[in-house]
Amino acid sequence: MSADFLYGIEVIINGLMAGVLYALVALGFVLIFKASGIFNYAQGVMALFAALTLVGIMEGEVPFSHLINAVFGTEIHHFGWEVPALLAILLTLVVMIFFAWAVQHFVFRHLVGQEPIILFMATIGLAYFLEGVGDLMWGSDIKTLALGLPQGGSLWVEDITSGLGGDDFYGFFIDKLDMVATVVAIVLVTGLILFAQYTKQGRAMRAVADDHQAALSVGISLNFIWVLVWSLAGLVALVAGVMWGAKSGVQFSLSLIALKALPVLMLGGFTSIPGAIVGGLIIGVGEKLFEYMIGPMVGGATENWFAYVLALIFLVFRPQGLFGEKIIERV
Amino acid sequence: MKLKQLAAMALTATLAAGVASAELVIPDLSYRTGPYAAGGTPFSDGYQDYFNMLNARDGGIGGESIRIVECETGYNTEKGVECYEATKGEGALIYQPLSTGITYQLIPKATADGIPLHTMGYGRTSAANGEVFNWVFNYPANYWDAASVMVNYLLEENGGDLSGKKIALIYHNSAYGKEPIRTLEELSAMHGFEFTQLAVDHPGQEQKSQWLQIRRERPDYVLMWGWGVMNQVAVQEAANIGFPMENFIGNWWAGAEHDVTPAGAAANGYKSLNMNRIDANLPVFDDIRTLVHDAGNAAGDGSNMGSVLYTRGMYAAMLAAEAIAKAQEIHGVSAVTPAMVRDGMEALEITDARMEELGMARVGPAFSVSCQNHGGSGLGIVQQWDASAGNWVALTDYIAPDMSVIQPLVAEDSAAFAAEAGIEPGCL
Amino acid sequence: MLYREAGDFKTSYQEDSQTFPIAFDRYRYWAVLAFAFLVVPFVINDYWANAILVPFLIYAIAAIGLNILTGYCGQVSLGTGGFMAVGAYACYKLMTSFPDVSIVIHIILSGGITAAVGAAFGLPSLRIKGFYLAVATLAAQFFLVWLFNKVSWFYNYSASGQINAPERTVFGVPVTGPNTEAWAQYLICLVFVTVCAIIARNLTRGSLGRTWMSIRDMDIAAEIIGVNPLKAKLTAFAVSSFFIGIAGALFFAVYLGAVEVGEAFGIQKSFLVLFMIIIGGLGSIFGSFAGAAFLVVLPVVLKLIGVDLLGWPTDLVAHFQLVIVGALIMFFLIKEPHGLAQLWRLAKEKLRLWPFPY
Repeated sequence: MSADFLYGIEVIINGLMAGVLYALVALGFVLIFKASGIFNYAQGVMALFAALTLVGIMEGEVPFSHLINAVFGTEIHHFGWEVPALLAILLTLVVMIFFAWAVQHFVFRHLVGQEPIILFMATIGLAYFLEGVGDLMWGSDIKTLALGLPQGGSLWVEDITSGLGGDDFYGFFIDKLDMVATVVAIVLVTGLILFAQYTKQGRAMRAVADDHQAALSVGISLNFIWVLVWSLAGLVALVAGVMWGAKSGVQFSLSLIALKALPVLMLGGFTSIPGAIVGGLIIGVGEKLFEYMIGPMVGGATENWFAYVLALIFLVFRPQGLFGEKIIERV
Repeated sequence: MKLKQLAAMALTATLAAGVASAELVIPDLSYRTGPYAAGGTPFSDGYQDYFNMLNARDGGIGGESIRIVECETGYNTEKGVECYEATKGEGALIYQPLSTGITYQLIPKATADGIPLHTMGYGRTSAANGEVFNWVFNYPANYWDAASVMVNYLLEENGGDLSGKKIALIYHNSAYGKEPIRTLEELSAMHGFEFTQLAVDHPGQEQKSQWLQIRRERPDYVLMWGWGVMNQVAVQEAANIGFPMENFIGNWWAGAEHDVTPAGAAANGYKSLNMNRIDANLPVFDDIRTLVHDAGNAAGDGSNMGSVLYTRGMYAAMLAAEAIAKAQEIHGVSAVTPAMVRDGMEALEITDARMEELGMARVGPAFSVSCQNHGGSGLGIVQQWDASAGNWVALTDYIAPDMSVIQPLVAEDSAAFAAEAGIEPGCL
Repeated sequence: MLYREAGDFKTSYQEDSQTFPIAFDRYRYWAVLAFAFLVVPFVINDYWANAILVPFLIYAIAAIGLNILTGYCGQVSLGTGGFMAVGAYACYKLMTSFPDVSIVIHIILSGGITAAVGAAFGLPSLRIKGFYLAVATLAAQFFLVWLFNKVSWFYNYSASGQINAPERTVFGVPVTGPNTEAWAQYLICLVFVTVCAIIARNLTRGSLGRTWMSIRDMDIAAEIIGVNPLKAKLTAFAVSSFFIGIAGALFFAVYLGAVEVGEAFGIQKSFLVLFMIIIGGLGSIFGSFAGAAFLVVLPVVLKLIGVDLLGWPTDLVAHFQLVIVGALIMFFLIKEPHGLAQLWRLAKEKLRLWPFPY
């Protein structure tokens, strides 16, 4: 096999892996949109906030220390303990659940029945708010996420595959972190599907997604379900934040990963969990392949816009996305 | 409309409160928030701490106390303009805009207002030609110098011959990132190395395609013009594909501690340029520690002292203070105006002896400024990250750029700007 | 009491359907205009112009443009930043290619070029709706920014890719370039805003505006009663982009004077203008102004209060600024989901009865 062809395959494999990471972010959007019709712009900031909180708890940082020091003239930074990773993840989840409750209780409870664009706007307000709170709580420097996730190309894969091509081929490059992310994503999605299919709350959640009023009339608490989906979105945000944060350190730019999820959503449909996964994979492969084959001809850095253009082309043929609910219009 | 008017009245009241007095006003356009906060905070801490130290130790400069006006830009151009307008009315003497975007914005504005700009190692490279850019100074070095210093370093490593070598540039796809391309193209033609470019779009979290390409093509060296999250990801990805880190060289905005720490041990051996040598034991830090930090006047939380960007901020403050002192000397008055500070900057001469006297021996290169040359000597060092010790180690002494390549480029670009903006080149 | 409509009789259809049918509103409108044209230019300084008024006026034009598309025609767009970039780069190319033609003509032509680009990117709106369309317009945003960054023809092959506005004059007074006086900057923006607002107001209440609104309210029903959705949607995209292009041209030429596309016209700009119209009020010209004022002036006010009055560290103030702006957005939406324009309408209702509510 020629080296070019093999490198093409390598690009596809890496595109699939990148797609999994995109899908992780998109999943958070889908969960909330499906259950409450809210397009949650704050999802990216939630990922940042969750990752910041995780690092903060692990390292025993004092929340709001900068603010406290500025107001009282003290010099506190750390509690002086370090929390083990697993406990810290659990504590972070508690924080995210509290956040979900607060969002529901103080904001969206008051906005039930508003037009989608108003709800969208409210999540933008939420994004600003959370960004400010995150900065105030944990400071704005770059933090290292010391979860001990494996990093770097897998030499094993490289050795096995290096014999496939000629001298120009060095074997497939696959990042170990991407493999971990793929496994985590599979576990997460399986868990979510099992939860939605086989538990009482999960079924209630699907009922709410289908029809608010009908769900309400059989005694399902809408408030509870909404807190639940925001908590789940918080969990997904934490996972996404950890996976991206392991690469670049936990920093402000994590909140921009939401932009990577938008074309995925468009392609997969706002209301479909499988759509988010498949959409993520298509976008991941599509943008990487385009950059590999066409990119050098037009000067590179095409990935940002190509993802959107790809999604746009799909949409022209299927306006509701690949797996979105069919839009039936009546007058 | 009503709302606007109400706000207007409230604002006039607050603005009238802060009228200038006879101090040396130095604005600090910092960015402690937003995507680049990790880089902006230490720089600003160093910048302010040095001036505060001068206030505490010498009572300011030449007997005039210094007042720092900090204004948060968040690295955003519009906020930068707002900050400029808000601070210039207070009698600002010198601006350090700290962002390429804001710099381009302020070049025409500050020129019209007659306030000097010091864009230290960033901003518009051709501003080194002081005959066109009377009010803009970018000493001690600029991006084109940086590109040339990198190539000169590699020449030295390879016994003076780079022909047949492959050098790739991975750059932030913006005005900043594109700066070195012209110079590297010229140098590639001159030294016969093969030059490839890889653009990374803002913000730069996803660089897999670029690094896979590097892995395929196996360049001998990778140079980087990165900023923000792009740096951390690039260092990590380079380690991931097993690229030899000692052949990966970043410029001086891709060579701070926070650029390499997230990658942990994998970042060991990564190199970068620096325009300021770092040394945590400089005598000047003792003064700052006792007179500023212990007195509770630290600009930040005090944790950044001695870091790359803190030292650079302090170095920038030192250059500004020296220029003001020079201006006081030239004009014989202590309460200098921005125009006088400009004269001071143009007559600035930094010697090794003077830096030693200031307690920051060899922090920067010795250089002098003239009307024709606002760019300084263009020297830079190469430093290497030692992950186990957690610090940068200087590998070389100051390396000189190839001025025969850079001078014509500066002349050409500044001439184009002068023609477009209708400027008649000449000294003030 | 204060705000009266009783006794304000109309004797012709024309009078009855004018923009401000109530006399008090009319006087207020003329008073605001007179204040803006006759008083402000004499008291304005650089800080007021560059930090508050000029950005406010330019964003108001962009917000009016987007409001036509989103508020009146119901097509959510996140391509505003990209379209502003088209206006800016068109203006730059025109300014440098034809230095002898008046800058005013260049700015209007830039609007026209942007209208053509906008209409082209509006084509998918015939198939795609709602949030899908919003995300689809992001394709325009990212593609245009990439294009202006990549093709050096657009920035006249300069080394850095920045574009700089050369000096141009109107009636002998410089309005672009570094030597522009604050009042000249302000006045040229004000003239454009006023003209744009009047055009927008009259378009939206004319037959074109009605077809847009029928598409917004129910596109199928509109189609059945004979509205051509192709024409309505594309005209909305074109007219909206025309205004946004003018805003982009002014933003570059008059306000900033030098821009880099990724930084000045990035995705944040698209979101910012969308925030303005939602906070101000969808489908309201006044709302566009109110939203622009809210998001331009509020951060400055918060900063002044925090840094200058309370003397807090600037980074804390910047963080608090985010918290407060975010909280205020949510608060306003909970209290009044239809934006500041609706609050203003309610205030007028109250004023009408005040001080005798019964």
